[in-house]
Amino acid sequence: MSYVESLTLTLPELVLTIGALVLLLVAGWAGDKATRAISWASVLLLFVAGLTLNCGQGVAFGGQYQADAFAAFSKVLIYFAAGASILIAPRFFQLADGSHVGLRAEYPILILLACVGMGMMVSAGDMMSLYVGLELNSLAAYVLASFMRSDSRSAEAGLKYFVLGALASGILLYGISLVYGFTGTTSFAGIAKAYGEGMSMGKLFGLVFVFSGLAFKVSAVPFHMWTPDVYEGAPTPVTTFFASAPKVAAMGMGVRLAVEAMGSAADQWQQIVIFAALASTVLGGVAAINQTNIKRLLAYSSINNVGFALIGLAAGTKEGIAAVLTYLAVYVVMTIGSFVCVLQMRDAEGRPVENISALAGLSRSRPGLAAAFAVFMFSLAGIPPLFGFWPKFLVFDAAVAVGLLPLAAVGIATSVIGAFYYIKVVKIIYFDEPASDAMIPASTLVETGLMTATALAVSPLGYLAIPILATLSGRAAGALF
Amino acid sequence: MIQAFAFYLFASVLLASAVLVISARNPVHSVLWLILGFFNAAGLMLLAGAEFIAMLLVIVYVGAVAVLFLFVVMMLNIDFAELRAGFARYLPFGILLALVLAVEMIFAVGAWNAGSIDMAQRIAPIASDVPNIKAIGALLYTQYLFVFEGAGLVLLVALIGAIVLTHRERAGVRPQNISEQVKRRPQDAVRNIDQPVGQGVKL
Repeated sequence: MSYVESLTLTLPELVLTIGALVLLLVAGWAGDKATRAISWASVLLLFVAGLTLNCGQGVAFGGQYQADAFAAFSKVLIYFAAGASILIAPRFFQLADGSHVGLRAEYPILILLACVGMGMMVSAGDMMSLYVGLELNSLAAYVLASFMRSDSRSAEAGLKYFVLGALASGILLYGISLVYGFTGTTSFAGIAKAYGEGMSMGKLFGLVFVFSGLAFKVSAVPFHMWTPDVYEGAPTPVTTFFASAPKVAAMGMGVRLAVEAMGSAADQWQQIVIFAALASTVLGGVAAINQTNIKRLLAYSSINNVGFALIGLAAGTKEGIAAVLTYLAVYVVMTIGSFVCVLQMRDAEGRPVENISALAGLSRSRPGLAAAFAVFMFSLAGIPPLFGFWPKFLVFDAAVAVGLLPLAAVGIATSVIGAFYYIKVVKIIYFDEPASDAMIPASTLVETGLMTATALAVSPLGYLAIPILATLSGRAAGALF
Repeated sequence: MIQAFAFYLFASVLLASAVLVISARNPVHSVLWLILGFFNAAGLMLLAGAEFIAMLLVIVYVGAVAVLFLFVVMMLNIDFAELRAGFARYLPFGILLALVLAVEMIFAVGAWNAGSIDMAQRIAPIASDVPNIKAIGALLYTQYLFVFEGAGLVLLVALIGAIVLTHRERAGVRPQNISEQVKRRPQDAVRNIDQPVGQGVKL
């Protein structure tokens, strides 16, 4: 295969990389005055990169990169989430530190480069491109977490994320080196062939380490400890980004690795995935109950949701993978919506507040925001008329179809436990007496639009999208089998 | 004959400089001995036919790491006498570490003698007629070009990150503005006056 063909297949990454480099030069030349223009240009670039996903399918660079329906599906979600996190950032940074410095131009550029890394992760056909993509994404994420460097919580979040992320990368890399040592190849096709020839102790150890590293990146229990601290400390737009795009990328990468490279060892990794799924749903459901900080609550909610998505992977069938993809699509929309709502929480001077108690009486001061908040909470809880119910139903259905009845039963039970804290937030919004410090309306047109669109998407109207979503996710999952 | 001579030369100088690294009293001398050690190790690698690793040793270790050590040793005011003070106190722990290392070495040699584990079966054969620099270069810029460029982006992100997190504008600095200096004309800066005798200069 010639370079030109390979480059055509990697066009989305190419567009983002070159665009990011050009914008970096613009930022260097024009300084922070150009941040607004650079933000919009980045969103435009993400849109263009999304359009180029249509450019063809195939394997590029000797198997290092795969452009298929699965990668395209994940990348659409990633680009959407990244674009939303860029759009909601300027206003937050302007109000957050009180100095009114505003957003620095590196924020959208780092997100673009992280998107290149995430694109490499979901279309990896080789352990090497997988790892390099993961590092590119993680390194940008460490910087983004401590982006508000004058804020000690943000700096702490960045440092914590960096240390634990480096540890997880080490675990993953150790697993990859074991897999390479015992199979003699890093390409997914070669690994699949070697695992098909039977299991040995070395291959098994490699598999366990690789899955542990992946579990860290999707923040599944028992590798979830960093999540609440990092989500709480990082600036809210960055938290929005963390909770959406890298989750999709890491999940997509894990699914591809599990099915394409280690598909024949399914009964080995299934145990790991089932344990992680159960533990995540239980811990995410129980530990969130006592939280008073809304970002911590949403962090536990994301752990809980990752657990549900892992149930689909545990099924290991084509339907299961399609359910995981549907779950991720709906989860991204719900998460972005709820974080945009969190962004609206400001005290009388416009500084962000994160206490759940500050939401009291929101239904009287800002009924529209309160309704949107309620829609997202009910949807995250998976309560039927809302669209959040549908992907949960799909993953349980896939699990039951392969006989994982106990797993599905525990999942349903924990989703009932989880419903408690989501509904508690709704109760505070609608039935508690208003707090003394009223929130000021500070939403911009972009934020209101984003909130309305995502709220409509997860409302019962979302059920209209089921046929399209089912076709797309089915085709994406079919690309792996 | 010449190979054997070169091997013994490099090996003996390497061992000697390694001993001197840990026994030199002056830390700057230690780093200089370390650099000599790296050079001799590079020579040994050349003899073994691994010219790429030999170059890496010289460029990366001598050129970057050792010079960095030298800077650290000379810039930071480290009291080495104080560092050595706990030698007797930490001796048992040091001996324990040395024992662990010795046992590991014995195991490694034993495992090596017992024959390799079942790893090497699928590894691609090494073409003996291609120099290894050429082989690595060909792989890096063909098959692994994508990953190579990705690694470049990782470094770029690290660079941006370091600047984002540490760079701050300081007020009250007076940087040199070259274009302003060049644009300055003689008639703005120089004044010809006819100075009468016995009077002060008016500025």
